[in-house]
Amino acid sequence: MRNMRFLPAMMIGALLWTGSVHAAGIKLLNVSYDPTRELYQDVNGAFAKSWKARTGQDVAIQQSHGGSGKQARSVIDGLEADVVTLALAYDVDAIANSGLIAKNWQTRLANNSTPYTSTIVFLVRKGNPKKIKDWDDLARPGVAVITPNPKTSGGARWNYLAAWGYALHKFGNDPNKAKDFVAKIYKNVPVLDTGARGATVTFVERGIGDVLIAWENEALLAVKGEMGAKGDFQIVAPSISILAEPPVTVVDKVAAKHKTTQVATAYLQFLYTPEGQEIAARHYYRPRNEQVAAKYAAQLPKLQLFTIDQVFGGWAKAQQTHFADGGVFDQIYGAGR
Amino acid sequence: MADGAALTEPRLVRWLLTGAALAFLGVFLFVPLALVFAKALADGFGAYVEAIREPVALAAVRLTLTAAAIAVPVNLLFGLAAAWSIAKFRFPGKNLLITLIDLPFSVSPVISGMIYVLLFGAHGIFGPWLQAHDVKIIFAVPGIVLATIFVTSPMVARELIPLMQSQGNDEEEAALTLGASGLQTFFRVSLPKIRWGLLYGVVLCNARAMGEFGAVSVVSGHIRGATNTMPLHVEILYNEYQFSAAFAVASLLALLALVTLAIKSVIEWRTAR
Repeated sequence: MRNMRFLPAMMIGALLWTGSVHAAGIKLLNVSYDPTRELYQDVNGAFAKSWKARTGQDVAIQQSHGGSGKQARSVIDGLEADVVTLALAYDVDAIANSGLIAKNWQTRLANNSTPYTSTIVFLVRKGNPKKIKDWDDLARPGVAVITPNPKTSGGARWNYLAAWGYALHKFGNDPNKAKDFVAKIYKNVPVLDTGARGATVTFVERGIGDVLIAWENEALLAVKGEMGAKGDFQIVAPSISILAEPPVTVVDKVAAKHKTTQVATAYLQFLYTPEGQEIAARHYYRPRNEQVAAKYAAQLPKLQLFTIDQVFGGWAKAQQTHFADGGVFDQIYGAGR
Repeated sequence: MADGAALTEPRLVRWLLTGAALAFLGVFLFVPLALVFAKALADGFGAYVEAIREPVALAAVRLTLTAAAIAVPVNLLFGLAAAWSIAKFRFPGKNLLITLIDLPFSVSPVISGMIYVLLFGAHGIFGPWLQAHDVKIIFAVPGIVLATIFVTSPMVARELIPLMQSQGNDEEEAALTLGASGLQTFFRVSLPKIRWGLLYGVVLCNARAMGEFGAVSVVSGHIRGATNTMPLHVEILYNEYQFSAAFAVASLLALLALVTLAIKSVIEWRTAR
């Protein structure tokens, strides 16, 4: 085996090869949650153009996607995100608690640092064979419900809280009755995927389940046939749902280290511009900008929505009561098995 | 068929057994493999080439090849050294060493990834020091290479240990008696004796290095175009509903598996001769 002598040369060559991948210019890493892949692909292109026009600098934005909780964990463990755009404020709080983000992050940008919102709706198979109209139908025996795991997925937590909010409303704020109701829904869940996108793939591609509790934008994506199966699904809007506010913020420590604070902040502010809002609406997120919202009113109809602050007293409290180890979710999901 | 008479099973049973084995292979191997290629080419050959030529896909291919190009030589040296010491020497703790070599096979790849997060993550043992010196291991290429090395480390050693143990030391001793130096003995006697076993180990090691998903997924950080290997990229494309692109990259991996199988068969054939 004479060629063993070439091993070190091969290894060095390999290292040089990877080294050459990274091009010059400003680089930002946006660590985001699952369903925003398509949204940020467009935002990144548009922002790069506007930044170039303003400053003459090239900026390349890298993306990382996954379940919101998992992504926050990675950032805490050292994934060097300049900005995070996660599914819910609690996950950003978790990063803030590790000291990477200032505690007052949510006050730094308009609308609680949430440039776009969404809500939770139902996606059912064509013709709605199980006649699903509202949350009550999800608790019926014999209906298979697909929703991801609230422990790892931000979307799943919104799903869970939306169901809980409906139940509280229905049973006159009786938490015990609400708990029984939500337990019945989770008894109907055959698989808990780790992220919202995984759950959508389970429902759409693998054909499991009668109803998918989903982000409105994911559901619209499926209905519009962007998952390759146009016309096989339809959306059912429940009588009441939750206003989901996915927040964005600069990861201070990382941005300071990369010297990207300014461009990272501009990137997030771009989401609030009419152009950014337009892109969000095109990807089926609910824009904050009234004019853009009016333009897209047909596909994003007005629903009766409650906020997490109104019903649950904020994320910290909801997380503690429902999703902490041994919390209400563990109680009902453990009991249901 | 000389040995046919010795078989007591009726012809029907033999056919049924052979048929069952072939049907099993067909359902669990050939059909999925064919489907991968069919799905990959579903949007036509142009789309197939396009999907593979995507910069992000190319970066994934490059990263996978890089990780393998580092992991395989490292494990070749490690496997050779480990097998050598186990087969040729007696020392206390030898059995423990053999068990330890197998460890990466027996723990779940997720755990393999997690240990590196615990070691090199921001809150890991070496995390603060690494951050202070701006060295990135986790969520960067070094972490991926380390995880790949870890999960593939038993491959070459496992292949060589039984081979070298069964071959014994007679020929090396003869060479040394005839005046060969240690290095000469190694390159002219020992290495040729084990070359096919070694190559076989390298081929398997390479296949696993390129295909590894679990451990790499934990340490990757999933940054597009930077820290996604081919298996991770396949998953991402699939989750983005880009099915033909996902299967195009998957077919590259499948092709690699086929090439590996072919090389493995050639090696087996050469060894048998």
